[in-house]
Amino acid sequence: MSRYFQPATLDDALQLLARNSSLKIVAGGTDIYPAATSQAAWRGIEMRDVLDISRLNGMRDIVERVHDWHIGALATWTDLINASLPPVFDGLKIAAREVGGIQIQNRGTIGGNICNASPAADGAPPLIALDAEIACMSVGDCRIMSVDTFIEGNRKTRLRPGELVTGIIVPKRPGRGHFLKLGARRYLVISIAMVSGTFDIDNASGIVRSARIAVGACSAVAQRLPKLEARLAGTRIGDIQPTADDLAQLAPIDDVRADADYRRAAALQLVADLLDQAAASHRRPA
Amino acid sequence: MTVGAVTFTVDGVVELFYAAPGDTLADVLRAGETSRGRNPRKGTKIGCNAGDCGSCTVLLDGEAVCACLVPAAQASGRKVTTIDSWKMWPEMSRLVDAFIAHGAAQCGICTPGMIGAAHGLLTRNGSPSRREIEDAIGGVLCRCTGYIKIVEAIVAAAGDAPIAAAPDTGVGTSAKNQGAAYAAKGYSNFAADAIPQGTLGIRVIRSPHARAAFSFGDLDAFAKQHDLATILTAADVPGANSFGIFPHTKDQPVFAERETRFRAEAVAALVGQNLHAIDLATFPITWTPLSPVTGIDAALAEGAHAIHAHLPDNVLTRGNLRTGDVVRGHADAAATAEGQFETSFVEHAYIEPEAGHAWGERGQVVISACTQSPHMDREDVARVLGLADADVRIAPTACGGGFGGKLDVSVQPILAVALARVGKPVSLTYSRTESMVATTKRHPARITSKASANKDGRLTAYEMSGDFNTGAYASWGPTVANRVPIHAHGPYKVPNVHNRTRAVLTNETPAGAFRGFGVPQSAIANEALMDDLAEKLGLDRWHIRRINALKAGDATASGQVLVASAGLPQCLDALKPTWDKALLDASAHNAGNARHKRGVGIACMWYGCGNTALSNPSEMRISLERDGRVIIWSGAVDIGQGISTILVQIVRETLQIDGADIAVCPLVGDTDATLDAGKTSASRQTFVSGNAARRAAEQLRAKLLRHANVDADTKLAFEHGGQFATLLAGSNGERRVSLADIIPEGFYGFESIGRYDPPTTPLDANGQGIPYATYGFAAQIAEVMVDTALGTTKVLHIHAAHDVGRAINPMLVEGQIHGGIAQGLGLALMEEFVSGKTENLHDYLIPTAGDIPPITTHIIEDPDPEGPFGAKGVGEPALIATAPAILGAIRHATGVTVRKVPVLPHRLWALLQARGT
Repeated sequence: MSRYFQPATLDDALQLLARNSSLKIVAGGTDIYPAATSQAAWRGIEMRDVLDISRLNGMRDIVERVHDWHIGALATWTDLINASLPPVFDGLKIAAREVGGIQIQNRGTIGGNICNASPAADGAPPLIALDAEIACMSVGDCRIMSVDTFIEGNRKTRLRPGELVTGIIVPKRPGRGHFLKLGARRYLVISIAMVSGTFDIDNASGIVRSARIAVGACSAVAQRLPKLEARLAGTRIGDIQPTADDLAQLAPIDDVRADADYRRAAALQLVADLLDQAAASHRRPA
Repeated sequence: MTVGAVTFTVDGVVELFYAAPGDTLADVLRAGETSRGRNPRKGTKIGCNAGDCGSCTVLLDGEAVCACLVPAAQASGRKVTTIDSWKMWPEMSRLVDAFIAHGAAQCGICTPGMIGAAHGLLTRNGSPSRREIEDAIGGVLCRCTGYIKIVEAIVAAAGDAPIAAAPDTGVGTSAKNQGAAYAAKGYSNFAADAIPQGTLGIRVIRSPHARAAFSFGDLDAFAKQHDLATILTAADVPGANSFGIFPHTKDQPVFAERETRFRAEAVAALVGQNLHAIDLATFPITWTPLSPVTGIDAALAEGAHAIHAHLPDNVLTRGNLRTGDVVRGHADAAATAEGQFETSFVEHAYIEPEAGHAWGERGQVVISACTQSPHMDREDVARVLGLADADVRIAPTACGGGFGGKLDVSVQPILAVALARVGKPVSLTYSRTESMVATTKRHPARITSKASANKDGRLTAYEMSGDFNTGAYASWGPTVANRVPIHAHGPYKVPNVHNRTRAVLTNETPAGAFRGFGVPQSAIANEALMDDLAEKLGLDRWHIRRINALKAGDATASGQVLVASAGLPQCLDALKPTWDKALLDASAHNAGNARHKRGVGIACMWYGCGNTALSNPSEMRISLERDGRVIIWSGAVDIGQGISTILVQIVRETLQIDGADIAVCPLVGDTDATLDAGKTSASRQTFVSGNAARRAAEQLRAKLLRHANVDADTKLAFEHGGQFATLLAGSNGERRVSLADIIPEGFYGFESIGRYDPPTTPLDANGQGIPYATYGFAAQIAEVMVDTALGTTKVLHIHAAHDVGRAINPMLVEGQIHGGIAQGLGLALMEEFVSGKTENLHDYLIPTAGDIPPITTHIIEDPDPEGPFGAKGVGEPALIATAPAILGAIRHATGVTVRKVPVLPHRLWALLQARGT
């Protein structure tokens, strides 16, 4: 029989992890349980000791600090939707509404979404476009790294044995966030491709001060588009259209949802649509 | 096994549950091992165990969650609200009432989850918008209803108006679906719910290879190591190790012998407790993978491996229909169109995975499982056990969706063999993945068709050659091969027809029965060619269908004269104003939009009700009890479509007895308690069993009239009160007869039996004869919006006109139409089962609440003199026209003809690229 730990404090959780780094970490369970079901279908139930972090004090809070926002790793998609956050988070909020269905949004956590490191993680592109960082704590240590550094590959992160993701740090930035997801049905759908961006645009002139754009589900890890971002900076929003070259770094695959050629073309179209949204929301400031 | 304790409030009461902290909340609720004893809460259903279907939705501190994803430890100290407390919460009570009144539940297995999700919404938002409702239920899949009535019910529940179901006053009323009314409260015992505590579990060992030889290692040692009751293999099958639909196609083994023929084929089964903890990778079996035959071409190739030795060419069955001279028909035409079309494996995706349990009782083997065909199950179970049919009893549970997938046995023979071997009650519940990989699918088809018409658009010839991949075993392959040629040219008058089909064996998942038996596939081909002909001849697409539409008095290509009830012209006429308006709307939109293009498509269908040119009788027994209750002992399994309700309405209308209390006995389909009504398939139950019930009721009424010694048209009524009811005859009830005087004491009361077998004739080698007693007809229009840059299609509206003969229950008819359209939309746009890849409900997509457009239904009633009160079937007709109408609309929007479904975005995009947008 496997053991089940449900500590109330971060200290206790880190101590447990320090003693046994192979603990299976459970938060909202929305990835862990389906994976267990999939494993059980052809093999059997996995018997691993579990560290349930859902009751760790304070780890679900979304807090405004002097220079940044701190999103507790246990914040659910619903928490993000309901939080009072500046417009630069709008992309993340739209992504939260597009995750699974309400049942998943009520349970799935932002920390879990990043740690699961699916190439199609809905949280990755918006967080990357927010320049978000991940806080990984272990006994006596805390490492902070950008989200796109943290996610190393398909289902692979740089989380070290004994570490726990405790939160996500989002620098305070002006501008507005956007998000677009493409799937073959309306709800409960894994993305074929998705894009998210944050745009800081001068109100009067429409000049882009800065843009950060990330594409998901078209590479092992969601990718920023630095070429395009650089081309956009200093131009009027709407004047520059993305090109295939801007997205050349993507490495989409063929799978049951779509083929690579399509993903590449769709990503380009979604980026263009995202720029259109940014231009439209600039013309109609909220 | 006591493994820990978790305390939380469930439905207002604090309970201590004995459970492991990592057990899912769904499992803990359903097991119900509490400090106060066992109290299973089986209103919470499990459809996938992966958060993909939402049927286990409960509220956790007021928030909707999938109970299958919540560790029990996380519920500790919190409040859980399940369907079981529907009476406690005003919003939930109204939701239950509204779901029943609006026909929002069919099979009802998703309903508790649906109501849970809606309850979560209404407690935080008392007047939600339609969009907010869709957001709230988007995480719960329903395969029956098409969601429209669910949204309507939630709107009604959110309002203030009183909610009441329409009363059943006989034929033509929208009386509530009785089974669904039970299910909506979480009361229904679906197959997994019905499994009693303490049965021995079964876990099936399945082949990971499409084709492989295998040999077992030391099974005894493995059994001992894991404390198993036994391990079953082919050697344990006491009778014939084979089952199947037709007497000559019993080709599928319970457990494969030496070699497997498809991925997921059963080779052995573990019997015991706690089986899911066993890692099957350690099971002592050696696989030798062999080269599988994949796809139709490989199967038909020269020298291909024969899937079954007795069929060296891998052709299971051929179908043929020939009339006139197609060569001349094409030669004389002004326009000819041809094309090849392809469809994919499609999964039924009923929300209830197969399950059942078996026990021995009074010398009989009893199997209680979800099924669409109890009497056929009995034959196969008896065969596998080497027993007489009478030694086996099938006691069906509530069925959480079927759509053809539960016409074949699944768990039944395995349960039977296990019971025979261990002699103790046994149970087996398929996981979602097991349900998807091991049971039948819709046949993938490759159809080559050619159609010709004269300059006026009148069809002169139709030629079709269709290959249907029937997978590793016959299942219903012969039915598909025989039914398709009759229907393949569509519901049109065509003088020269030659349609040929083959059911082809491969090393793929067996393809069987799925709503439409191949006709949805062939309709995609023939309706595309109708559009081609219209285009070539410069005719309107509605017009070409209207002038060719079969009507009463016409002869079909089988040589059958349709004497009545061929209502396609009326269906098309009903849609004409919509057609004209939709075309104008589309062109107005398209004039100003380069990227998002609207399109309108139209398709027609016909479908013979009942088996193809085979006897398919139904027998119904009705009893009158001394207290005035009329009980219908129905063998017609209700899989959510509402046949039990339909039978009550037919019997009420036939008996014409005021105050009669009419009900279907809960032992529906029990092979000991009911007569064989035939399978619930082929859109036959309303027509065939409805007729049997009507005949039984006519006899019952006649008997009562004789006892009262009155004329046939005398008014009858029952007066209740006291122990026995009194029959009142005459317009003022002047003649009084106590039922106690005419009904002898006894369990069955006073009974009558009605039998009906549709009048058909065998077909000759050219498919000539009378294959069906009646046909359903329909026309549907789809309006779509295509994003030509992304290749995505949004269906904006479906308009459906269906000739159902007579709508015994308009609400249930509409429910069938909505649900069929939802499945047709899935077939067209998203559904593709790929073995090894789409084995769950997040990789295999079925439509969600957000994917179904508004549906406008036109119920056309062109009564069939043969049908009960004129009625005929609608279950399969509902689905058939949808996909071709959507494909026609995509073509209208974009100019590209889609020849392979599903039209996933990347496929449409590739077509648009090839055309050069």
